Amino acid sequence: MRYVRMMAATLVVSALAALGSAGTASAKTEIQWWHAMGGALGEIVNDIAAGFNQSQDEYEVKAVYKGNYTETMTAGIAAFRSGKPPHIMQVFEVGTATMMAAKGAVYPVHQLMADQGQPFDQSRYISAVVGYYTTTDGKLLSMPFNSSTPVVFWNKAAFKKAGLDRAPETWEEMGEFSKKIIASGGAECGFTIGWQSWSMLENFSAWHNVPFATKENGFAGLDTEFAFNSPLHVKHIKQLADWQADKVFTYGGRRGDGNPLFADGKCAMLINSSAYYSGLRKSAKFDFGTNQLPYWSTVAGAPQNSIIGGATLWVLTGNPKSDYAGVGKFLNYMSDVFVQAYWHQNTGYVPITNAAYEMTKGSGYYEKNEGRDVAILQMSGKAPTPNSKGLRLGSFVQTRDIINEELEAIWAGKKTAQQGLDSAVERGNNILRKFEKANK
Amino acid sequence: MIENRPWLAYVTHGVLVLGLIVISFPIYIAFVASTHEVENLIATVQPWFGGALIENYLTVLQSGKQNAGGVPVNTMMFNSLVMALGIMVGKISISIISAYAIVYFRFPLRMFFFWIIFLTLMLPVEVRILPTYKVVVDLGLLDTYAGLTLPLIASATATFLFRQFFLTVPDELAEAARVDGAGPIRFFVTILLPLSRTNIAALSVILFIYGWNQYLWPLLITTDTDMTTIVMGIQRMLFVADAVPEWNLTMTTAILAMLPPVVVVLVMQRQFVKGLVDTEK
Amino acid sequence: MQKRVTFRNLWLPYLLLAPQVIITFIFFIWPASQALFQSLLVEDPFGLKSNFVWFENFEELFSNPLYLDSMLITAVFSIATTLLALSSGLLFAVLADRAVKGASIYKGALLWPYAVAPAVAGVLWLFLFSPANGIVAAVLRAMGYEWNHVLNGGEAMLLVVIAAAWKQIAYNFLFFLAGLQMIPRSVIEAAAIDGASPLKRFWTIIFPLLTPTTFFLLVVNVVYAFFDTFGIIHAVTSGGPAGATNILVYKVYADGFVGLDLGGSAAQSVVLMGIVIALTVVQFRYLERRVQY
Repeated sequence: MRYVRMMAATLVVSALAALGSAGTASAKTEIQWWHAMGGALGEIVNDIAAGFNQSQDEYEVKAVYKGNYTETMTAGIAAFRSGKPPHIMQVFEVGTATMMAAKGAVYPVHQLMADQGQPFDQSRYISAVVGYYTTTDGKLLSMPFNSSTPVVFWNKAAFKKAGLDRAPETWEEMGEFSKKIIASGGAECGFTIGWQSWSMLENFSAWHNVPFATKENGFAGLDTEFAFNSPLHVKHIKQLADWQADKVFTYGGRRGDGNPLFADGKCAMLINSSAYYSGLRKSAKFDFGTNQLPYWSTVAGAPQNSIIGGATLWVLTGNPKSDYAGVGKFLNYMSDVFVQAYWHQNTGYVPITNAAYEMTKGSGYYEKNEGRDVAILQMSGKAPTPNSKGLRLGSFVQTRDIINEELEAIWAGKKTAQQGLDSAVERGNNILRKFEKANK
Repeated sequence: MIENRPWLAYVTHGVLVLGLIVISFPIYIAFVASTHEVENLIATVQPWFGGALIENYLTVLQSGKQNAGGVPVNTMMFNSLVMALGIMVGKISISIISAYAIVYFRFPLRMFFFWIIFLTLMLPVEVRILPTYKVVVDLGLLDTYAGLTLPLIASATATFLFRQFFLTVPDELAEAARVDGAGPIRFFVTILLPLSRTNIAALSVILFIYGWNQYLWPLLITTDTDMTTIVMGIQRMLFVADAVPEWNLTMTTAILAMLPPVVVVLVMQRQFVKGLVDTEK
Repeated sequence: MQKRVTFRNLWLPYLLLAPQVIITFIFFIWPASQALFQSLLVEDPFGLKSNFVWFENFEELFSNPLYLDSMLITAVFSIATTLLALSSGLLFAVLADRAVKGASIYKGALLWPYAVAPAVAGVLWLFLFSPANGIVAAVLRAMGYEWNHVLNGGEAMLLVVIAAAWKQIAYNFLFFLAGLQMIPRSVIEAAAIDGASPLKRFWTIIFPLLTPTTFFLLVVNVVYAFFDTFGIIHAVTSGGPAGATNILVYKVYADGFVGLDLGGSAAQSVVLMGIVIALTVVQFRYLERRVQY
């Protein structure tokens, strides 16, 4: 019976707690910003929001962590469908096409700024960063926030042992250098990669100025088709697969799962997002350098420029009109040179404004932190072509998974490079057609 | 033990100890990780303890704001506690009376209701999460404990368990009660409920932990950071985009988050033994 | 199944059922039917445009060889996990029930895995088996075996079965133990006096009395293997490598949540739901007959 009483008491307590937990009203207009920045990055996000809140007293930005990129996007969609969307939502670059197609739900940034009569100078943004998120006539749809690009991290100590003092510039050199390093005992394997679709196919295409998909990588129409099973792509993937035999290349997993192979000294090089820089600084016990992606010297037009990864901030409709003035103010605040410099220097991401880049350069930051500017130089080295502006492909998240699956089959020797890439293209095209149908 | 066969005792203990080691190994690793500096953990899995135990635990407990996105650890633990207790109590209460109705009464639509309730096991929450979210919004339950708890007590595991149990209770007991002139409610409260003690204890453990470890649903339902649960906090530290998680502090929080469920297990254990003694029929 | 002795009461049973039925209706039936209805639509994620397409989503599913692969993978995964988790749980429960000394330590420690949040559990197992720096992987390498679940599909499946069963063993252990502790001592003693060996006692007396619990756990384990293991797969292999651990429920999540293909994902849910209902009905029809109440 004591038991029953205990249960009853708990029930009453819970009921009271449930009744008493209504929200409180605040005098400032609240702006909800849903993001996917966990851990230390989330701290910095909170700092930025706090800075804005303190700088004026009409609006209050509430930064809410809503899970990883996928969860945040789904949460935003669920909220929109239920009539209570956040004002600002962080969406990763592969969700761009989905967001763009949602014409009734999305409030394009350029239009928001124009409607609010707020000053908005698009030229302050680095064109390579912004290009991904503009329409074909250059109007900005969403605000870039955290952007990175794949680079090569190379283990200086291992290189030295093999008598090498610089990173490889071409893919041919990647093979040669790796073999030398393995022979001299500097490392067990040459290089490993991460985010393989992004680094070895999407950026590979941009860097070599070849299409990843038709119709300008999807910018010019929903009837785009994948093109990454061209002879060049097949040659590249086949080479990687073959290199596994000599341990020139070792597959370590999707995303950043292979990073420990580099940090432990097992692989002499790592091709992965520039954003991992600070994490690697902490975990690698050796001095390493950062360098640009390698290219096939036989391809004319390479190296071009690389495309970004990461996420941007999209504004959603569905909230009271008066709130959007605050949203506009916040977006401007975020582009402020000091905020951008702070964000860039404290995370692995690139600055999105020219001013922030110049300021950081002027302060000698890049001399003290060698390699932090490789990413931005690689992205903006040349003006983007239709092949290197970015991607606009529907349901691309699913296609990335397909590409992951097919590449893994190739690495495991279950399929040849041609078979795997052909299959990925075919499956990916099915997804594109489905997207096209749903958004006509 | 009934008879004295010493070798059997060795085998028993031997297998149990082996099982214990294998089962506890991952948790041991987590605890070890929580005692190290972060640099030691990024590249390798440490097999033995480091020296940063006090430091890590203090960091997480005191300046909880450091690593859980501005929410103190004790707020999150409190939210998790209310949610877990709510689910535990709510689910057990509604399930035991439903199972009682289904097993001990004859009425039209009896099997229909049984299958309706049982249907809830057939579709996982991830699938119906978007429409459920809409229902909760429509009812105005966003950012409330009710919204956190109610949708999760709608599944049939407990009802099923009680049904199984009630079917094993000898008919003589019900007969005797009827003969004594006791109504169904008296019978339930004075006879059935005490008999169910062991099962209620087991279910309490399971449901508390189930509620405690919920991630996806609280993530969707709460936008007020004050409503964050502890597992949401841990997830946030684990899955950092483009960066390396702070493993030592993450594991510290994970270990702390495991403590209340472990306490519940220890407390409820006594009920098992008690149940044994009381069910001597 | 019903008791011989029942109460006759017109309104009481409905009153007792009411709370659960009402909650089930509001928070399950209503949203679930909406979710299932979506299987007949092709929609954009934000719900701005939707087209009614009858059974096209289903046609697409069944003509996709990868979907059929996924069914096979799910079958393998569920059977392996259920067998491992049930037998280990039973073994530990029987032994813990016998052990007089240290009983509470065993009971506590064997339940810990259940207290660990799925994502954390997944990460822990990844840690242990990571080909780059995991302890178990290193031990295997020292014994001459190159463990790499990132490339080898069979190893990936083994890893997720172990990780999923690890959690479920604790659950089964708990209920088996509760079931064992309800068996009256007198019955067991009587059999011992009659000269039955421990093994014989177990199979002829204890196990039959455990069948209600076993039936419950069998159904729950199957459902668990089909549905709740998605968290582990998500944390450990994401359905890879090359789709080797892409179980049906993970596919539902991947297509619905991640890919935002709500129509296709809903169609998959309908099929999944159908499979589990069929399995449960079979279990109730054919197995429950052998349960001794």
